[in-house]
Amino acid sequence: MKRASLSRQRLAALGLLGLPLLTYPLLGLPSGSWAGIPAGYLYLFGVWAGLIALAAWVAERKGS
Amino acid sequence: MLLSGWFIALLATGYLALLFAVARFGDARADAGKSIISANVYALSLAVYCTSWTFYGSVGRATSGGLSFLTIYIGPTLMLLFAGVILKMVRISKVHRITSIADFIASRYGKSQLLAGLVTVIAVVGVVPYIALQLKAISASLAVLFAQAGNDLFPWWLDTTFLIAIVLALFTIWFGTRHLDATERHEGMVAAVAFESVVKLFAFIAVGLFVTYGIFGGLGDLFQRAAASPELARLFSLDSGRAGTWTAMVLLSGLAIIFLPRQFQIIVVENVDESHLRRAVWLFPLYLLLINIFVLPIALGGLLHFQGQAVNPDTFVLTLPLAHGAQGLALLVFIGGLSAATGMVIVETIALSTMVCNDLVMPWLLRSTWLQAEKRQDLSGLLIGIRRAAIALILLLGYIYFRAAGEAYALVGIGLISFAAVAQFAPAMFGGMYWKQGTRAGAVAGLLGGFAVWLYTLLLPSFAKSHWIGGGFVEDGLLGVGWLKAQALFGLAGLDEISHCLLWSLFANIGLYVVVSLNSRPDATEARQAERFVDIFRHAGRETDARLWRGSASVEQLVALLERFLGPARARQQMASYAASRQIADWKKMSADADFVHFAEAELAGAIGSASARVMVASVAQEEDLGLDEVLDILDEATQVRAYSRELEVKQHELQAATGELRAANDRLRELDRMKDDFISTVTHELRTPLTSIRALSEMLHDDPRLELSDRKRFLGIIVNEAERLTRLINQILDMAKLESGRAEWTTGEVDIGEVVREAMDALGQLFRDKAVALEGDIPASGPVVLADRDRLTQVMINLLSNAVKFVPGGTGRVQVRVAVAGQRVRVEVADNGPGLTAEECNVIFEKFRQGGNTLTDKPQGTGLGLPISRQIVEYFGGNLWVESRPGAGANFIFTVPLPASEE
Repeated sequence: MKRASLSRQRLAALGLLGLPLLTYPLLGLPSGSWAGIPAGYLYLFGVWAGLIALAAWVAERKGS
Repeated sequence: MLLSGWFIALLATGYLALLFAVARFGDARADAGKSIISANVYALSLAVYCTSWTFYGSVGRATSGGLSFLTIYIGPTLMLLFAGVILKMVRISKVHRITSIADFIASRYGKSQLLAGLVTVIAVVGVVPYIALQLKAISASLAVLFAQAGNDLFPWWLDTTFLIAIVLALFTIWFGTRHLDATERHEGMVAAVAFESVVKLFAFIAVGLFVTYGIFGGLGDLFQRAAASPELARLFSLDSGRAGTWTAMVLLSGLAIIFLPRQFQIIVVENVDESHLRRAVWLFPLYLLLINIFVLPIALGGLLHFQGQAVNPDTFVLTLPLAHGAQGLALLVFIGGLSAATGMVIVETIALSTMVCNDLVMPWLLRSTWLQAEKRQDLSGLLIGIRRAAIALILLLGYIYFRAAGEAYALVGIGLISFAAVAQFAPAMFGGMYWKQGTRAGAVAGLLGGFAVWLYTLLLPSFAKSHWIGGGFVEDGLLGVGWLKAQALFGLAGLDEISHCLLWSLFANIGLYVVVSLNSRPDATEARQAERFVDIFRHAGRETDARLWRGSASVEQLVALLERFLGPARARQQMASYAASRQIADWKKMSADADFVHFAEAELAGAIGSASARVMVASVAQEEDLGLDEVLDILDEATQVRAYSRELEVKQHELQAATGELRAANDRLRELDRMKDDFISTVTHELRTPLTSIRALSEMLHDDPRLELSDRKRFLGIIVNEAERLTRLINQILDMAKLESGRAEWTTGEVDIGEVVREAMDALGQLFRDKAVALEGDIPASGPVVLADRDRLTQVMINLLSNAVKFVPGGTGRVQVRVAVAGQRVRVEVADNGPGLTAEECNVIFEKFRQGGNTLTDKPQGTGLGLPISRQIVEYFGGNLWVESRPGAGANFIFTVPLPASEE
């Protein structure tokens, strides 16, 4: 039987991690601002960029 | 002046011409077999998701909903991470030559024309207004530019939007239906779309940088100025009161990214290589992130700049540069918006036209008497004609909707309304890919239920808000029944309309799909397709497929069918490549077996959809209906065969391992056998030497009575010595045999190793004194204590000492004994200053019957068994025995015995 490859499972795990991070109630946590930029804005784009970076690392890794 | 009507028209035309050149280049390269569709191009083409609704509308949404516009892009990011699901869709579509989402659903549920038609209707109804939105966006952006320039280009009776619709239709027809491809792939179009993606991203970031850093002093400055106004500050605070809406939007957009017809077309149908998904998984989300970074800053900038003026926020990306005299940038933005709109319109109409042609028109045509009467050989021209007409018709519908709706609400909200429409495909799609029990009846019921709820709770209310129909069913409920209020169904109020619709429509859809599926019986084709779809990665393949078709067909008729729908040239080309794959020189000599019928049906499915292909093949082949039970039997059998073959594989591996072990064991036995032979011949030789000597001397004594007494005594002395040596030899051989066979008796106890060494030294003291050899000891007063057999250890010690005394020279000889603890071991050394050993000898002396010194010239000084026995004994206690020596530098025999593990 062909099992889902490990990198596909890792990506799916990232998806499952991203869902709570990018929805409420966790989304309601950041408050205030940093260098004039609202924390919520930074949090959203920061987490989003982090997910993309991890996905790129998992997907492009050789031999997985 | 940059903003003259002529210049804008010229620029737009020039841009479209460039786009067309890119598409032609892509097609030419594809025809030459040198595809330009790389992983990056594929990932960029996915950005057809970002339409003018993103390009212009995101800013508008941000001005009212704040950061919530981001949900539309977070959903796709998360969905793409489930690459396994998308990969399965791609694989299924490749295997079954699926060319649209309607075809996918229809094929899974028994190649049903009804389902294909239903999905097509939902897609067209749901998506045509979305196309209208694109036309509106181009029209609105032109209006903004012309408001500056003055529209001197077109006479008042010529509607620029209509012109745009016509140009887009021609454009789409040009590179969407160049030829009828078996896989419905358009590489030129994909290349053009990827190019457009780059253009719109570039344009949007340019305007974002201009607003943030040109008009304002950077992100921090912009946000701080906005924070001064409570109304603006609200836009960038995350309000947990909208938690439900937020999650619903993420879900909705996650479904839209794969179920919008254009997305399915790009992600699944246009995929040339499954490995491209690896890149798309992160590159496309990165694109979405980049294009969204400046949305909120532009929205805030626009609101700050145009405070109190009535400027449509949707046009901020144009009006902000224009207000600051950046006309070149405004034109770039216009081109970016044009890219976003044209990319969407082209791909969406191509996808919809394929569906309309294959799933609405063809079934009707195939039934009509006209087609049957018409004995034209080649219908491929007709097929292309239908598609072109469908493209024109869809764009016309879009234009009519745009005209009718105008500025009405029905257009503004249509993006999400379309998303909710295509979300209805989700249960039938996911169920179809992962649940074999899902049936056609269930899929039809679910889709109808979901679509009806969507119509009632979302589309019709949007019509009502535009005052096209009465709003009574929204305000008071249908027929005045309160719990039928369209946007508070069963009294569920407090949700926004999209979440409300999504909740109820998916509830109805999933519920009906599951309940009806569980209470209906699939027919044979459905059961077979369910198996093929769900188990696509481990489908048994050809053989089972072949068993699932029984009947007779003629090659001529099937080929005629292919020629009719694919055109003679293309049909022959496909036939030749099929024949080549089966190693048949001439396709005319092939037999119409099940495999060939499947091939023909798949080829036809690529051209006219799986449902119509099924009907056409059935019309020329005499097929035997297998019946559900037989199909299920065959499928079960195939599953079992798969299980057996897997088991067989495992057994085979085990067998191989066992064979390997047996071979190794056999080799070892042979080796032992050889060693035993060697041993016996050596033993025999060793025994014969003293015996020969005893016998010779005894004979001399016996035969010669006149021997001198002194000679007799000397001979007898030798005889006694040799007899002793013989006895010792035999004892040691017995000892060795016992040790090796494991039958030796051991009495293990705590032994003070120092004491054993001292006793051995005392026992041999006389021997050393006789030869005048110095014997020195460096031994602790008591201990160390090890677990061993005392007598055996003594035996080892005596053996080492007697060896040492044998090889050192008399008079100057010196033997040193040291006992010490090293780590977890006791180390005993017996060092002498004898002649030493060569490196080779250091190893050899531990073999049986091998002795130090030159055994050819010298009289053997021992039995040659002492050291092997000693080594066996030491190793039995878990220690080692070895020698360190160099010729001329004496020999140092060392053995170690582990200390007992401490009690802790």
